[in-house]
Amino acid sequence: MAARPLSEVSVGDVVGPVTVPVSRETLVGYANASGDQNPIHQDEAFARSVGLPDVIAHGMWTMGASATVVTDWAGDAGRVVEFGTRFTKPVIVPTAGNELVVQGVVKAVDAETGRVTVDVTTTCEGEKVLGRCIAVVRLD
Amino acid sequence: MPVNPDFVGRTYPPSGPYAVDAALIAAFAAAVGSADPVHTDAEAARAAGYADVIAPPTMAVRFSQAAERAYVVDPEAGIDYSRVVHGEQRFVHHRPITAGDQVLGTTTVDSVRSAGGHSMVTTRTELSTSEGDALTTSTSTIVVRGGEE
Repeated sequence: MAARPLSEVSVGDVVGPVTVPVSRETLVGYANASGDQNPIHQDEAFARSVGLPDVIAHGMWTMGASATVVTDWAGDAGRVVEFGTRFTKPVIVPTAGNELVVQGVVKAVDAETGRVTVDVTTTCEGEKVLGRCIAVVRLD
Repeated sequence: MPVNPDFVGRTYPPSGPYAVDAALIAAFAAAVGSADPVHTDAEAARAAGYADVIAPPTMAVRFSQAAERAYVVDPEAGIDYSRVVHGEQRFVHHRPITAGDQVLGTTTVDSVRSAGGHSMVTTRTELSTSEGDALTTSTSTIVVRGGEE
């Protein structure tokens, strides 16, 4: 892959939508890779014991999976210079799994610095799970 | 016990160094579904201008949360970790975290606020290499849910 040329990017360009499946195995993999072993992300009985409806995804997994949609669009995962979000709603992961839909819109392009601002919308079962999710990538 | 507001402005000594290697990066990339070869193929990473394979942008959290732990578990800080949820996260990347880096994390408590019976605690963790290269500024807000109704 190579980074997307800045000259090919305009305000209003759409990123995705990409459907991202999530399973219990996904969360075990993320727990091991991230070091976040909170049992609410792996153990259904524990999750229910603390008042959750079922196992929930790590907010940081949801953020990371959303980042992947942006980096795939940018063509080079090292081009993300800023990425931020609020975690507004948990992603519930029953034994059958679930899925996210991740979509972005280019909100600003700075031709001088190469900074491209992408507003990211991530939904699960039709509801937004991230708030104010904004990525800035630097392109040439 | 409420979250202790006296900790605002406090900076903890650097934690780490945390060694970054290709296996760790590959595992994180797989976990967030990124097939970009800059995470797994050193030749592809070098062709893109990096010294070696690089981490996905949110992998910084592995190191920033490790650094924040000293504060979160400090009994004087008054944070009941069983009541914590992640409210907000932001990264500013100065350069990608790269295989071979030895990462240090320095955490500062930026703010402690109360609203609606909950406490919101914002920390800022500066990640750098042990040689002093700036990597990432990670700003995290956790919500400590209030007591039982």
